[in-house]
Amino acid sequence: MIEFVEEETQNPTVVIDASAMASVCTYLKEAEVLQFDSLMNLAGHDPDGESDLSIIYHLHSTVLDHYITLKTFTPRENGVVESVANIYRTADWHERETYDLFGVKFNGHPDLKRILLEEDWEGHPMKKDYTPAEFYRGMRIEKVK
Amino acid sequence: MGALNHKFNENILITSLDKLLNWSRSGSEWYFQFGLACCAIEMMSAAAARHDLERFGAMPRSSPRQADVMIVAGTVTLKMATRVKRLYEQMAEPKYVISMGSCANSGGPYWQHGYHVLKGVDQIVPVDVYIPGCPPRPEALIEGLLHLQKKMREEPVLAKKEA
Repeated sequence: MIEFVEEETQNPTVVIDASAMASVCTYLKEAEVLQFDSLMNLAGHDPDGESDLSIIYHLHSTVLDHYITLKTFTPRENGVVESVANIYRTADWHERETYDLFGVKFNGHPDLKRILLEEDWEGHPMKKDYTPAEFYRGMRIEKVK
Repeated sequence: MGALNHKFNENILITSLDKLLNWSRSGSEWYFQFGLACCAIEMMSAAAARHDLERFGAMPRSSPRQADVMIVAGTVTLKMATRVKRLYEQMAEPKYVISMGSCANSGGPYWQHGYHVLKGVDQIVPVDVYIPGCPPRPEALIEGLLHLQKKMREEPVLAKKEA
């Protein structure tokens, strides 16, 4: 379920099962020796347009001043990750953005809907296999050369 | 004619009504500020003390109902495009549009990979003056407004427009 990864990154990185995300974050936040009280960033990542999408969490403890990076993988289509929006309020909009642009669903999110694009937008444009539609509400998207 | 009081005592000015109206409206291009990106900073600079757009009677308005000109300054995303169109339709005739900067003209740097950007605001509203630049300097915006003044002066307001 948990795997420690040695990468050439600034922070220690831990790969976690998507279904365990919420419970791991709860532990990281509440354990006396860890106290990761701040989610600095939550981002989606599509490495090559073929393999699984990854969601990356950067945590910081403002009390003890240490950092950790969490990473989880989801399938390209209909991926589901446990939401941490109820643990870190920051995650609310970040998870909506990740849902909007990558199509990853966050289980337990209070209000999971698109945040940047319109409700009637089709597809999730930050995935590398995304191809834009020809028209959006009658407006041509790709200019004819 | 408050401005002309006591200047032409006992005199008569003769002109055509079109010219009089055009002279007056070209001297008060109240613009509807559509600041969408960095072009808006240049537009603000043009309106502020150093470049002082009010020398030309151009004055920012926040409501489409009070404006004569819409300056589309910046990147028009597809989400915003529907709003641009609606607010243009709310402006009273005669109305004009200035497309300011590369993004509003043609999509600019978003030409190739901008899945969310409208490639030119002229796809949704008729544009009268295009100002090139990324972003254009305030002087360029001023020149655009002066070009529009020229266009206003040459246009008949009362005569029916040719279709």
